[in-house]
Amino acid sequence: MGILEVKDVGKRFGGLKALSDVNLSVAENTCHAIIGPNGAGKSTLLNCLVGKLIPDTGSVMFDGQSVLGRSPHEINQMGISRVFQTPEIFSDLSVMENMMIPLFARRDGAYRLHAYHSVLSEAELVTKAEQMLADVNMLDKRNMHTASMSRGDKRRLEMAMCLIQEPKLLLLDEPTAGMARADTNNTIDLLKQIKDSRNITIAIIEHDMHVVFSLADRITVLAQGTPLVEDVPEKIKGHPKVKEAYLGETAHA
Amino acid sequence: MFGLQKKDTNLLLIVIALTMLAPFILNPFPTDSGLAQFNAGYPDLMQRFVIFGIFAIGFNILFGLTGYLSFGHAAFLGVGSYSAVWMFKLLSMNILPAIILSVVIAGLFSLLIGWISLRRTGIYFSILTLAFAQMSFALAYSVLTPITNGETGLQITLDDPRILGISQTADGSIPVTNLFGMEMRATTDLALGAWSFTFSMGYYVCAVLMILAFYMSIRIFRSPFGMMLRAIKSNQTRMNYTGLNPKPYTLAAFVISGMYAGLAGGLMASMDPLAGAERMQWTASGEVVLMTILGGAGTLIGPVLGAGMIKYFENIFSKINDNVLHTWFSFMPDGLENLMVGILHPFVGKGWHLTLGIIFMLVVAFLPGGLVEGGQRIGRMFGRKKPTDDTSAKTEPAE
Ligand SMILES: Nc1ncnc2c1ncn2[C@@H]1O[C@H](COP(=O)(O)OP(=O)(O)OP(=O)(O)O)[C@@H](O)[C@H]1O
Ligand SMILES: [Mg+2]
Repeated sequence: MGILEVKDVGKRFGGLKALSDVNLSVAENTCHAIIGPNGAGKSTLLNCLVGKLIPDTGSVMFDGQSVLGRSPHEINQMGISRVFQTPEIFSDLSVMENMMIPLFARRDGAYRLHAYHSVLSEAELVTKAEQMLADVNMLDKRNMHTASMSRGDKRRLEMAMCLIQEPKLLLLDEPTAGMARADTNNTIDLLKQIKDSRNITIAIIEHDMHVVFSLADRITVLAQGTPLVEDVPEKIKGHPKVKEAYLGETAHA
Repeated sequence: MFGLQKKDTNLLLIVIALTMLAPFILNPFPTDSGLAQFNAGYPDLMQRFVIFGIFAIGFNILFGLTGYLSFGHAAFLGVGSYSAVWMFKLLSMNILPAIILSVVIAGLFSLLIGWISLRRTGIYFSILTLAFAQMSFALAYSVLTPITNGETGLQITLDDPRILGISQTADGSIPVTNLFGMEMRATTDLALGAWSFTFSMGYYVCAVLMILAFYMSIRIFRSPFGMMLRAIKSNQTRMNYTGLNPKPYTLAAFVISGMYAGLAGGLMASMDPLAGAERMQWTASGEVVLMTILGGAGTLIGPVLGAGMIKYFENIFSKINDNVLHTWFSFMPDGLENLMVGILHPFVGKGWHLTLGIIFMLVVAFLPGGLVEGGQRIGRMFGRKKPTDDTSAKTEPAE
């Protein structure tokens, strides 16, 4: 029994079957990659896991509890953090403030009114935030306004914001898209190191096969809303069905 | 000092100094000079400056931090005034219980309205608050006449019970509002040469409360709560997926700003013990929006500046009529004098709204950060590092 169990999930948008009969089991402390051509339904699947969408059919269990019907903040409090395909950060706030908010959320829960003491007096949290920023090579940008940062930096920041929550399950939607090669490699190293040093399960959507094969313990190939194959990376590489799915896509394009 | 960072402490000290010395600062012109009409240092107006300052400081906690634009905050001010007058009628003329009740009732009332209105965001939220405020106005104006005394407004009378006080004084007149015996209307005059300054008890009570209100708002701005409110304005999606529930934070901000409005309303009634429905009208709600934007929404001191500016215009500019203009330009030949008066006429006296409107337009178009941004630009022009009226929304929690 995996930490994440997706059973018979289906989701339609009007006449479009975005997901059908999706079954997925992610074992604890592994990295599970979901790959597939554009429009395969990968992001839609993640949306069903974090409460952004409610599937029409099927069930999603996390850590033995159903996530369906819970709101996004409740699901996050259960231990799921998510990095979005287009970075979602607090763009009017500084880098450091962006880091403090997830720390408060983890320590104080979904709502706690601290209206009197200064944010700066939270020395312990500030230190934690600084360490995390150092891990993602952003400590020098701590006082910067995030609105003016590059897309790659925004992604790294968003990932740091998720990691600092020490989630049980980390969902990454194309975390290296828009990053320079060097930053991509740094991200791979960071994720590897986090995977080894902490109890964390990772589900990653990625088009960059280098990233996928460096990190994944298992890979699911999704095409037209249904899983084609699921296997260990070595088996996926030369799998005929996978080639077909991707070649099919190229043929369309 | 006071548990604040140095920059905020300085700002607070400046505000304390300015409010305490206001009777001097606002009366810079000798009493007999032609410019005396620009003096704003009389008790009634000074009280209005700080009372509306409190109103705007509170409004800024909601609008400046979360970006939720309420068009109904005058309702809370009105409720505060009615509560205070009822305390004067039933309990005693001491303003302390009256103000406490104003804040509590306004808080409960804003909890109800906020709870419903915050189901929506953006323009729908604004419309909901506007609708509620207009409903409250209509109720106060007619339906609830037994409580609000309808169009006449609620006043204190000689046969009110005042169980802890007296219904009427020994000579048969209505007792005056006081704080443990210190009368709100008491004033002391100080004549220095050609100048004259008035110190009013009522003003100093309001001023102390405004300083407290300002201090509380600094603490809120710098607190984790304040940071959450700015996060709500910035990105609610990220907020949700970070495990935070934005609703109760926004509601808390709404209630806090409602309580500030209640305090302002209670103080208004404490200075002049009557309450009328017009205090709740949408124009009054719009005024506090203008004050906040004019001064600089999301900055600490901006709302106070905006409130001061608008009240100054309303009370001083509106008094410049054609006679005054004629005396100003009497040194000119008649034709020219009439021309000048004709040109200025639409902008002063009853036309003060026009001048204010133009200033407001210019500020919004060219200084999106309001008067505070203007001050910062001037400060930068003179090469200083940072002007003291700097704000907050931009401060980062560094070490
Ligand atoms: N909210 C929505 N409303 C309607 N259709 C949607 C919605 N979200 C996604 N879709 C459609 O569902 C299909 C799957 O989209 P999804 O974003 O999950 O693909 P993806 O696998 O993440 O693709 P990519 O690799 O381009 O990110 C697409 O055809 C998309 O247009
Ligand atoms: Mg996608």
